[in-house]
Amino acid sequence: MQDFPIIRTAGVDGLLISFAAALSEPANRAALAFRAALEAEGWAGVEETSSSLVSAFVRFDPLRLTHAALHQQVQALLDQRDWYAADLPGGRRFWRVPTVFGTDLAPQLGQAAQAAGLSEAEAIRSLSQARVRVQTIGFAPGQPYLGELPPAWDIPRQKELTPRVPEGALAVALRQLVLFSVTTPTGWQHVGQTAIRLFQPDVPEPFLLRPGDEVQFTTTDTETLARMRSDPRGGASCEALA
Amino acid sequence: MSAHLTILRAGPGLTVQDLGRPGYLDMGLSRGGAVDRLALAEGAALLGQPDSLAAVEMAGTGGEFQADQDLRIALTGARMRAQINGATAVWNASHLLPAGARLSIGPAVAGSYGYLSVGGGVLGDPVLGARSAHLTAGIGALLTAGDRLAIGPDAGGATGMTFDPEDRFSGGEIRIVASFQTDLFAPDELERLQATVFRRDARANRMGVRLESDGPGFHVSGGRSVLSETIVPGDIQVTGDGTPFVLLAECQTTGGYPRIGTVLPCDLPKVAQAPAGADLRFRFVSLDEGVAAERAAAQARAALPRALRPLIRDPRSMSDLLSYQLISGAIAREEDVL
Repeated sequence: MQDFPIIRTAGVDGLLISFAAALSEPANRAALAFRAALEAEGWAGVEETSSSLVSAFVRFDPLRLTHAALHQQVQALLDQRDWYAADLPGGRRFWRVPTVFGTDLAPQLGQAAQAAGLSEAEAIRSLSQARVRVQTIGFAPGQPYLGELPPAWDIPRQKELTPRVPEGALAVALRQLVLFSVTTPTGWQHVGQTAIRLFQPDVPEPFLLRPGDEVQFTTTDTETLARMRSDPRGGASCEALA
Repeated sequence: MSAHLTILRAGPGLTVQDLGRPGYLDMGLSRGGAVDRLALAEGAALLGQPDSLAAVEMAGTGGEFQADQDLRIALTGARMRAQINGATAVWNASHLLPAGARLSIGPAVAGSYGYLSVGGGVLGDPVLGARSAHLTAGIGALLTAGDRLAIGPDAGGATGMTFDPEDRFSGGEIRIVASFQTDLFAPDELERLQATVFRRDARANRMGVRLESDGPGFHVSGGRSVLSETIVPGDIQVTGDGTPFVLLAECQTTGGYPRIGTVLPCDLPKVAQAPAGADLRFRFVSLDEGVAAERAAAQARAALPRALRPLIRDPRSMSDLLSYQLISGAIAREEDVL
């Protein structure tokens, strides 16, 4: 395989620019910064851009902009600078999100702790003390992938899907956390429950979190969480990061 | 006063759909929109209006509708039995729906998703720039009996027009291109994918279609630890047990299960419309062939208005003959003055 970054097709109308094969801090920064640069270019024929954990994505109209031309434009932009040295996006914030770990609200804490080689108490301490960063928003609206957790949490997804986890569920796999914005089936292990609402289509700012934001999942109890459900932010607090 | 279309009875899968909501992919919201975008274009061509207007998408079966003013309507996509005040209304055609008349639309007889387009389009408040319901994201809702849809102003035009739709309602061969994860699968797995006759599972919705086959599942090594990566509609995602799913308009924006290939956008309606149990086969084409196919499909869409011809009606089946009229100064056609 050639050196990163690599440019590959995604379907007949998509181009994926990947900065690494595995998640790393520099590759994630590169993906976020390169997507911002693509957006700023505003090339004719480009219909939409996004970033994932280590890649930027371009959807384009191949009848207006040929693959060859777009590939060349993307390569020229890649050559402009060292994207791995890019800064994190501006306007970042730090969120504290009250979370119930385990109990019948988050029934997979025990098995996830075991997979990580930790006791349940150690697992809760590890997860609630970690200050993780929104690496990308994806899968469902407003839904963050957060990392990176300590190495013990490099546990695989389950082979069988959990048929349903509720909105606000916190799940773990692959040294990452996902905080679910909708009720969904998943292969990730459900270790915590929050009352946060990440996507509200009818309010002026429908998406709560942004890539680059930092998050800590602080422990709370079932009764307190129940009271926080009336708050759209689920009791989460937010402060600006310099 | 604007017109309204009231839903008297609703099948279980009725939603308002347009071309979707681009621009929020980076916030995890997929474009969504009609699963058969060609059917929207056909409805728009029949009514002589832009395909950006919203219509009613009907999964599996329709419902019963009544308008408070004369409306022009078009029926496209999966063929369903339709009647206006008890008289058969031909599918893949435009009709006048007189004020107070009852339009009833029954189960699909070919395909899965039928579309009811209206002259002027279905209004309602746009959310993030579109009127499409995106149920998995919590935008909009299923339509139910009693709902009253506001209809936009109709520029007017002919009714009683028809055309021959592209056949996409019974499965068949689907063209796919290699995607960035295709080479995670061994070459003989890709051969086996193309040699397998799949059946569309009954488990299917606007997010995707599950495929059944008699052979073993499709596998990559380390499939459960692939980094979550961008997903596009048309991706064929292979889940942990080796079952392929073709993802449709309302799919997730990223996912960790590997993608074995991606269906061409112009062949995606064929997957969405395949009824449960229909055979589906996949064939890899080159990127150049894929672009050429998209170009041909775009040209065919653009030519739709020229492909229209008047419906030849049988007066004996027209119980409501006297209710037929022309609106907005359209030119009289033979079948309208019988």
